Amino acid sequence: MGLLNNHGILERHSLILTIAILITVSIGGIIQMAPLFYMENTIEKVEGMRPYTPLEVAGRNIYIREGCYVCHSQMVRPLRDEVERYGHYSLAAESMYDHPFQWGSKRTGPDLARVGGKYSDEWHVDHLIDPRALVPESVMPPYAFLAEKSLDYENIEHDLKALKMVGVPYTEEMIENAEIDLRAQVDPDIYFDEQDALVARYTEAAGRDGTVQIRDFDLDPDRITEMDALVAYLQMTGTLVDFSTYEAEDLMNRR
Amino acid sequence: MDTSTASVAGMLAVFAILAVFIAGNAMDRLMGIHATLFFFAVAAWLVGIGLWAGKLGDRDPFDETKYEDTLVKFGVFTSMFWGVAGFLVGIVIALQLTWPNLFYFEQWGFTNFGRLRPLHTSAVIFAFGGNVLLATSFHVVQRTTRARLFGGMLPWFVFWGYQLFIVLAATGYLMGITQSREYAEPEWYADLWLTVVWVAYLLVFLGTLWKRKEPHIYVANWFYLSFIVTIAMLHIVNNLAVPVAIGSAKSYALFAGVQDALTQWWYGHNAVGFFLTTGFLAIMYYYIPKRVERPVYSYRLSIVHFWSLIFIYIWAGPHHLHYTALPQWAQTLGMTFSIMLWMPSWGGMINGVMTLSGAWDKLRTDPVVRMMVVSLAFYGMSTFEGPLMSVRAVNSLSHYTEWGIGHVHSGALGWVGFISFGALYCLTQWLWKRKSLYSLALVEWHFWLATIGIVFYMVSMWFAGITEGLMWRAYNEFGFLEYSFVETVEAKHISYIIRMSGGLLYFSGALIMAYNLVRTAIGHERINQPADAPAVSNPPAAASLQPAE
Amino acid sequence: MYEKLSSFAQTGGLIYFFVIFAAVLAYALWPRNQKRFDEAAQLPLQDREPGDE
Repeated sequence: MGLLNNHGILERHSLILTIAILITVSIGGIIQMAPLFYMENTIEKVEGMRPYTPLEVAGRNIYIREGCYVCHSQMVRPLRDEVERYGHYSLAAESMYDHPFQWGSKRTGPDLARVGGKYSDEWHVDHLIDPRALVPESVMPPYAFLAEKSLDYENIEHDLKALKMVGVPYTEEMIENAEIDLRAQVDPDIYFDEQDALVARYTEAAGRDGTVQIRDFDLDPDRITEMDALVAYLQMTGTLVDFSTYEAEDLMNRR
Repeated sequence: MDTSTASVAGMLAVFAILAVFIAGNAMDRLMGIHATLFFFAVAAWLVGIGLWAGKLGDRDPFDETKYEDTLVKFGVFTSMFWGVAGFLVGIVIALQLTWPNLFYFEQWGFTNFGRLRPLHTSAVIFAFGGNVLLATSFHVVQRTTRARLFGGMLPWFVFWGYQLFIVLAATGYLMGITQSREYAEPEWYADLWLTVVWVAYLLVFLGTLWKRKEPHIYVANWFYLSFIVTIAMLHIVNNLAVPVAIGSAKSYALFAGVQDALTQWWYGHNAVGFFLTTGFLAIMYYYIPKRVERPVYSYRLSIVHFWSLIFIYIWAGPHHLHYTALPQWAQTLGMTFSIMLWMPSWGGMINGVMTLSGAWDKLRTDPVVRMMVVSLAFYGMSTFEGPLMSVRAVNSLSHYTEWGIGHVHSGALGWVGFISFGALYCLTQWLWKRKSLYSLALVEWHFWLATIGIVFYMVSMWFAGITEGLMWRAYNEFGFLEYSFVETVEAKHISYIIRMSGGLLYFSGALIMAYNLVRTAIGHERINQPADAPAVSNPPAAASLQPAE
Repeated sequence: MYEKLSSFAQTGGLIYFFVIFAAVLAYALWPRNQKRFDEAAQLPLQDREPGDE
């Protein structure tokens, strides 16, 4: 019984014990996770997914910074009540550019995967400044400081570069124009030509029209605030994929 | 200065220079603050080592014929400190959800729930739990190998390095530095620092095993070893990321979407499995036998327990992703292994409880023993609840609700908390060589306050979770959703009040423990101890007469 | 490739578990190991210093 004698060595020799532990715990993980990394088979064929615009990236970073994920999920489950409450169930493709993912694990507040376009910018701004002014029973913290804080987007180009390194298909053009694209999305009156360029760039990536929303999101035309970025991000969530062309029954989309 | 001290000092000097470099190239204000903070901490540390070495004289600080107990004593007090701090933050965030108008401060955005919640989870899991594991593992590995900790100054590097990691993580959360990965929030540079500390920890632990004077490696050390090795693996894989720049506190995760979610919950679930379970099972396998002076009920069972537990745990992660965009086969696989996990969990629990057979009277006479045994009862309860919640149909109701919060806390407060408190009571009494704790009556108080606190917590969160889960899916007679989301929030208000009271009870118990431990360490003893209290807990000779099984 | 890997994960995982489990059971219950386990189980109860012989 060679195997059993080896077990005896196990107990005496700590290094072998360490390696046996490492093998036991790593093989399970590898077998389970490896299939998922064959991307084309885990992500559905959809139209409209595109890399986030610089302003949306900045907004998403504020979403992460403030820990929104601890109370809000971004994952609508295919259950009748959820689909009726929040909209079409979430597809894997919809978070394909999410580094990291924001699916969340707890709904102290409602799911936000499809909050984009459900409320006006004004509603979002007022609600973020004082949640209980609009929803008296809410337990959400106030985020008034976002409206007062200028957005720091000096290094946004580096953010896009890092995202490109982890696999988000930003073009050289998108990276070079990151800063101006950011301003053009929130300040259309000043950056008129740049606005068209921004729309063209990201529409091409999306493969369909109408995915780039351009306006002064925080209703404060004087400056670009963190509120602008966060509201821009929220208004984009769940709006990219064109569900009229998505076929859930397609063989490719059945898992 | 001996070699180990010189190497640690040299390593710290390198890190100090690195911190200066990063501070000089800081791209954002946050990185500037953290690099500066890190530099001053390391500089103070180096000065400390210098002062200590200067006062040493001819004394050998790392005498091989003695145990390294001073370090474990430090660990007892840092555990106590972080525990109290972490519980306090928990109460603050519970208050915020209960009375948002009173406990949110518009001008102090850094005290918002989103920033304090990671502070609470990290403080209790990694600061409190981590320090308990450091202290007990250093204590257990020395006693069961009959060897002093390996590496001279190296274990001290591990200890202080870990505290520095905690400070980086905690200050980072308050300033808004986070990866948003649950239970792995610290950013890339803090993760790298922790990796260095953790490798040193593994080296200390293995080195001590290598020079052991006993032929066998006691099973508690297997559990500690699996905790150290697996956490290293999980930590590295889950934190793979590309920093925006060397001078930036921000990074982007290597994986995205589905792959990232699976990686994170593979990590998240196994942080529970290997940080909060195997590590604390190691405590059970040493401190319960030691305290009741009987060998573990079945050593054979402990071996089967060990291998099946670590094997099965690693597969169970996907149960956190039921009904998500994760492929269904992966969800089913996670669910299957989660249900299987019930068996080794209960096997271990039975092994711990049955160790008392023949000494059941200790449950009555020694509140410390009672605390550890009740921790096993909570362990049994939450490891039954866990597999139940991993069943897809149950999960469709329980997921995203307060039930999950209740489940976590029955495990964390009941199992991890109680077994830790038990170990801290034992360690304080033994290391300071006291005949008894300062007051057993206060241990009783601690026990009952904490137990009632946990019951409040669990019951209120069950109620809140199931209520909101049912309300979310309720339809009215016309076939429309019956409740708006905010109505489900409103429905939880009373539960939140009860939960917060439970937390307060648990917290006051911990304060009583802290007081008791300090008085014990000083050497005070209350005169009115119960007559049948265990006067001396560990007569060295008594044990060897026990049959093994 | 995805199909192959995912079906292996589902069947292979379980088979792998049973093999390991059988090996561990055999090791734990092997009569010759009994003495070693009895000795190991006493380790927490001894109370000696590293210097003791």
